[in-house]
Amino acid sequence: MRFYEYESKELFERHGLPLGKRGLAHTREEAREHAEQIGGPVVLKSQVLSGGRMKAGAVKFADTPDEAAQLFDEILPIVVNGQTAKSILVEEKSPIAQEYYVAITWDGRRKLPVLIFSDMGGIDIEEVAEKHPDHVSQTHISTILPFTPRLAKEAIGATGVTGSALNRLTPIVTTLVEIFLAYDLTLAEINPLVRLEDGRFLVLDGHIDLEAEARDKHSALVEELGIGADETRQARPPTPFETAGAKVDASDHRGVAGNVVEFDGDLGLVIGAGGGSLTLFDAVRKHGGRPANYCEIGGNPSVKKACELTKLVLSKPEVAKIAVMMNVVSNTRVDIVARGVIKGVVESGRDPAETITIFRIPGSWEEEGFKILERYGVEYCDRSVSMYEAAGRAVAKMQAES
Amino acid sequence: MPGMFIDVKVSEAVAGDAELSAKLVEVCPVSIFAQVENEPLQIVEENLDECTLCDLCIEAMPKGAVEVRKLYE
Amino acid sequence: MAILIDKNTTFIVQGITGREAVSLTRENLAYGSKIVGGVTPGRAGREVYGVPVYDCVRDITARTKVDGAVVCVPPKFTRDAVFEAIENGIKIIVIVTERIPRLEVAQMVELARLRGARIIGPNCLGIITPGEVKMGGVGGPAEDTRKAYTKGPVGIMSRSGGMTTEIANTLTAAGLGQSTAVSIGGDAIIGTAYAELMPLFEADPETKAIAIYSEPGGRMEAELAEWVAENDSRLPIVAFMAGRFMDEMPGMRFGHAGTIVEGKADTTADKIERMKRSGISVAERIEEIPELIQQRLAESR
Ligand code: SF4
Repeated sequence: MRFYEYESKELFERHGLPLGKRGLAHTREEAREHAEQIGGPVVLKSQVLSGGRMKAGAVKFADTPDEAAQLFDEILPIVVNGQTAKSILVEEKSPIAQEYYVAITWDGRRKLPVLIFSDMGGIDIEEVAEKHPDHVSQTHISTILPFTPRLAKEAIGATGVTGSALNRLTPIVTTLVEIFLAYDLTLAEINPLVRLEDGRFLVLDGHIDLEAEARDKHSALVEELGIGADETRQARPPTPFETAGAKVDASDHRGVAGNVVEFDGDLGLVIGAGGGSLTLFDAVRKHGGRPANYCEIGGNPSVKKACELTKLVLSKPEVAKIAVMMNVVSNTRVDIVARGVIKGVVESGRDPAETITIFRIPGSWEEEGFKILERYGVEYCDRSVSMYEAAGRAVAKMQAES
Repeated sequence: MPGMFIDVKVSEAVAGDAELSAKLVEVCPVSIFAQVENEPLQIVEENLDECTLCDLCIEAMPKGAVEVRKLYE
Repeated sequence: MAILIDKNTTFIVQGITGREAVSLTRENLAYGSKIVGGVTPGRAGREVYGVPVYDCVRDITARTKVDGAVVCVPPKFTRDAVFEAIENGIKIIVIVTERIPRLEVAQMVELARLRGARIIGPNCLGIITPGEVKMGGVGGPAEDTRKAYTKGPVGIMSRSGGMTTEIANTLTAAGLGQSTAVSIGGDAIIGTAYAELMPLFEADPETKAIAIYSEPGGRMEAELAEWVAENDSRLPIVAFMAGRFMDEMPGMRFGHAGTIVEGKADTTADKIERMKRSGISVAERIEEIPELIQQRLAESR
């Protein structure tokens, strides 16, 4: 999960990284007050979870508090990559002598964190890496051995930085690595890290991503930063349908019936497991079908959970029919899913035989499951029908109707 | 009331026996049986359809005392 | 012959008294696996389907040869359990647990590397050498496992546990058995990726071809493509790429932690392109895999 710039900076400051004077404004009055307190020129930056703020015009400079207040009103409504801001960061503006880039992220191939440093900060790091490879260094970090400053020094030195800059940068980079490791981050980035004309070093912009799996582990930090339990911080905020899906999944601990994502089609999908869902969603689309949702059933969900998920999918007015499909299952029970889905259809006031286009879940307890499906007149198939074929049958039924 | 797919019936003799009833509550993985003090064993209707057909209840009781019926057969 | 495990492989189950571990133990035993002990701290003296339970891994390794461990403990305790297995000399560790923070996975993998151990997973269903042994939940109950998996020439590597069995089943139906199938795990960082298993399959005379299930996220396919190009592999590879729809929706995140599409990461289209360029056949549908494998086998004869 991604943190806003002001949250990232708050965390950086706690660990002693050098930051400029700043304040978070939710109203134009607050923007004016912060600018007054800072004194002198300020920069106003829209707080969104996305890059490209500068380009969108959501970062602007003000010389006076009045101007800051006015710019607040201008910037706040600007949509940056689909995101609107709730607040604007007002920060001192200082003359810059040199910009650096420093980040730590994961190298999935080496299975280690990697420290990326460049003495050409402020611009797109991928571009620097391409055009000026000798100005970007990559240094892998052990997750077992303690991180000591010499690695930071080597990373910085590798780009040609020396002298007092090297010695001033080393503790900053070291601290950023420590933050990355301490909070289970997937990204800790400062861009740019600057040397001002007066010789000070400052973190001008930065952001961090906390691994979703580690959110509970660092719940104290999340709470201290004022992040609500319901904030998913994904690229797109969840729709009410998706939030309801998460609730179904959380309703009991047995199995998975969740990861619901909303789409605008008419064929409801009750599909699984992880890989099976990806495969089936592709298959439906390939046949020209229009899925109303994505979801994942996995493990051994209760009848109740499968039932609630089905009801949720059917609650969308545009959903005419559903397809119930999984790969050959070995941990999920076919009969339990069949019971849940049929119950969900019936409780939604619909006829299973009409509503379920196809039931393709072969595997454990399939004989029992097939008996249930037969009893309710639902079309089903066993493992001799491929996932792709099953998806095709579902789509054909949809098309025959319309 | 039976469930939509499953019904479970317990003989009166077992339902009235606190010890045997306690055993049923213990073995069922999906809490289909419940016990209230000084009352005969109860069937938790809303859990009936969760029955895993594991037969643990049948095996734990005297022959014929518990019947698990699949209503879809 | 097969890779990683065969009928003589002995292993333990860590967290053996947990709900999932109990059924995994029963299924593995029924398939013929040699489970020589289980570990749940504080539960020493118990038995799970006749498998004795101990407090520590050391209590088992001190008495008998242990080749592997299946780790089935909650995410909070997984790192400790894996360290315990590695430090007691166990060489192949299957981590079933999901939702382990990446840093902890990296620590396990790093220690394994230092000690010459191999990790499969996390978030995987384990390994099966059909007709001989399975280690983990792959295939489910023994009887279902026998339906889907048969002995034969195809090695399987899959980022999805369920799709490992779907592919095996499709191959079996087409008369193509499997040498060893490995559910490698769905997370962003896993103990053993495709390219790291290739040398093992390459060295296994029984394996004649490889089937791969792949998903969005990560750079594992790029790595495999490079390995194939550099090593002039004798093995024809057929891959299936799921989640192609995700190319159209950057930033979406799905259940498998590794299935994350971010700005510059490989899209599924990139992955397919890379694999094709290195000579890997890419199936459009699962049911094309056997056909493509037969074709490639016929060509190489
Ligand atoms: S068969 Fe199993 S799940 Fe069903 S009622 Fe009996 S004990 Fe409970």
